[in-house]
Amino acid sequence: MKFMKHRWLFFLISALVLVPGIFSLITFGLKPSIDFTGGTLLELRILKEVEDNTWIEMGGEELSIQSVQSSEDNGYILRGKPITDEYKNIFLDKVFQEVGEVEVVRFETVGPILGQELIRKMLWAGLIVVIFILLYVAKQFTDLSFGISAILAMLHDSLVVLGSFSLLGYFYGIEVDVLFVTALLTTLSFSVHDTIVVFDRIRELHRKYPKYSFDEMADRAVAETLVRSLNNSITIIVMLLSLVLLGGSSIKWFSVALLIGAITGTYSSTFTAVPLLVEWNKRSKK
Amino acid sequence: MKNLNRRLLFIIFLSLFSLYIALPSELNINFSVFSWKAYKVIDIPKVSLNFFGKRLDSDLPLKQGLDLQGGMQVVLQADMTEIDEADREDALISAQEIIRRRVDLYGVSEPVIQTSRAGSDYRLIIELPGVSDPKEALNLVGTTAQLDFRIEVVLESDDEASDSAQLFANPIFTPTELTGSELKRATPQFDPNTGEPVIALQFDEKGTELFAALTTDNVGKRIGIFIDGIPVVAPVVSTAILDGKAIMTGGFDVEEAKQLSIQLNAGALPVPIQILEQRTIGANLGEESIKQSVFAGLVGLGLVIIFMILNYGFHGSVAALALVIYSILTIAAYKILGVTLTLPGIAGLLLSIGMAVDANILIFERFKEEFRVGHSYANSLELGFGRAWESIKDANLATIITALVLINPLNLDFLNRSGLVRGFGVTLLVGVLLSLFTGVVVSRTLLRVFTPFLEKVYQRKQK
Repeated sequence: MKFMKHRWLFFLISALVLVPGIFSLITFGLKPSIDFTGGTLLELRILKEVEDNTWIEMGGEELSIQSVQSSEDNGYILRGKPITDEYKNIFLDKVFQEVGEVEVVRFETVGPILGQELIRKMLWAGLIVVIFILLYVAKQFTDLSFGISAILAMLHDSLVVLGSFSLLGYFYGIEVDVLFVTALLTTLSFSVHDTIVVFDRIRELHRKYPKYSFDEMADRAVAETLVRSLNNSITIIVMLLSLVLLGGSSIKWFSVALLIGAITGTYSSTFTAVPLLVEWNKRSKK
Repeated sequence: MKNLNRRLLFIIFLSLFSLYIALPSELNINFSVFSWKAYKVIDIPKVSLNFFGKRLDSDLPLKQGLDLQGGMQVVLQADMTEIDEADREDALISAQEIIRRRVDLYGVSEPVIQTSRAGSDYRLIIELPGVSDPKEALNLVGTTAQLDFRIEVVLESDDEASDSAQLFANPIFTPTELTGSELKRATPQFDPNTGEPVIALQFDEKGTELFAALTTDNVGKRIGIFIDGIPVVAPVVSTAILDGKAIMTGGFDVEEAKQLSIQLNAGALPVPIQILEQRTIGANLGEESIKQSVFAGLVGLGLVIIFMILNYGFHGSVAALALVIYSILTIAAYKILGVTLTLPGIAGLLLSIGMAVDANILIFERFKEEFRVGHSYANSLELGFGRAWESIKDANLATIITALVLINPLNLDFLNRSGLVRGFGVTLLVGVLLSLFTGVVVSRTLLRVFTPFLEKVYQRKQK
């Protein structure tokens, strides 16, 4: 199979996914949840037991309740978007009508769980991971181009995940929260993991058949690792799909983020990282 | 062959031991098949043993996060009367940081610490997973607001002897200018001569000056360290200390020295703080949601196992067995390391199961290639393992690097030292290391054990 002949097709496919995502990221950005922005904390005391979903329904879009916790003596701690005093009263009326007598224990504006400081630290960690992986891959494969291609593939994957959630946020109001951050981190490590396996095959073939051209070697490496790559992804995708379809609502979007990450991670190691490597090799030879 | 048997024994022993740790101390068996119902509670005897000086209780709980189990919520109110209007927000955020550090020092992972405002009140909301004792929660948060150093007042001893004896029991201290904000660091150490636990104090520039003056003038007297006006420790000044580095001996044991250092380090909050209320809180994810997710995970695991068996036949079932061992080892490791399990943690665990199969897939694909070329069964297997190992090693090392940066074992200041990201790093690291072990060592040993039998099957297929 001559995969690398079609490398521009692969880049085009990536571009088709990346461009709308990046466009959306720049123009609409991401929709941060109260984990990042802070919001309202409302604690109510009520004599009846109330289901989580009932609370969420009563809160409506305005409050958009994100978590319901029970506390001692029939208390419920609700966390949602920042609301005004007026809306609070409207909400309380609704609760009174639908559930019954209710008493406000606390009404506060809370700060973010993930503050600026933590986000900055995370970005630092991300940068350091990138540098380490760049150096490690470059050293293992004795060529900087391998490291850079792996990192670019990783960047590709994080942009795909970020872009899709920007679009999901714009069209369906899906927010990014703490879980999303974890999903993104997982995607990054999965992406590199997968890429290295393909690179490894190129290195091995290169040792065995030094006379092959780089293109031929890349083609062969891709052909030989494709089944493994697909099989591995199928196991992960099966796992995640069952989480998306059957799992609880609270981790649905987390699982979707992981699913997108797993798919793009698999695609990018074969169809982004290797073509980039081939392209780099062509250009440096000229 | 002898070596192989030993390995097999080791794996069996390790799996059983982990299973023992992984199981809860009471196992409820409750199911019904048609009209036949079984209900039984199996008590699993638990022992605790000493493991390299660390107590290892076999009855370890699996720590669950706020989302799964709930915990204790403490609300603190900051007294902002002496703080400028403009600086209040900052003061609250730095108090939040200090409390985060405290909670972290005590090793509670995945807490939620939020700033909060209600009208003109500034508050901190702290939620600690798995804590049910209010006292314990308060200890963790540290109600300590202000740390200061006071000097003992020795009264002229012209009174009667009985009075002075009383004074000795309750010495009077007078405040000095030196406070916790001039204390840079307190570290528990061991006295190199006596081996006794001591606490080393280090002051900043201003603190060094003040402490030098204080110790020069008061040799032989005691310096009391007060937290919120309560004396914590009162060492005697043996000599003037001019370099700002003091060693405190006080006959404490290792645990006391450690606790005290934490208290001293965390002593200086920028604002006085009071406890407003504390209460236990429930899980913030509905039980339904957790059940669904666990069910979904099991379905996923089942599908993965079916996929592996369909695709790789007998080899696939060995991989499936390795997967089961992987899951058991992981749960045991979580218990031993005290990893706090959250719902995203469970999802991560399930994902890592998917990734753990990867090593097996790599090996089996390699095996197929070698076998097709015409190598014998046993040779193909060894070649498969040997060649796949290269890529498995490189790929996993990259993941280990990522995990280590997230865990930040050197406690670098500009990286995360607590919470979510570190917790994720730990689960990632445990996942990678264990999947390497089960994917490579366990499945290789199992396959080698079955080689004599499998050889015939595969050789026949080849013909």
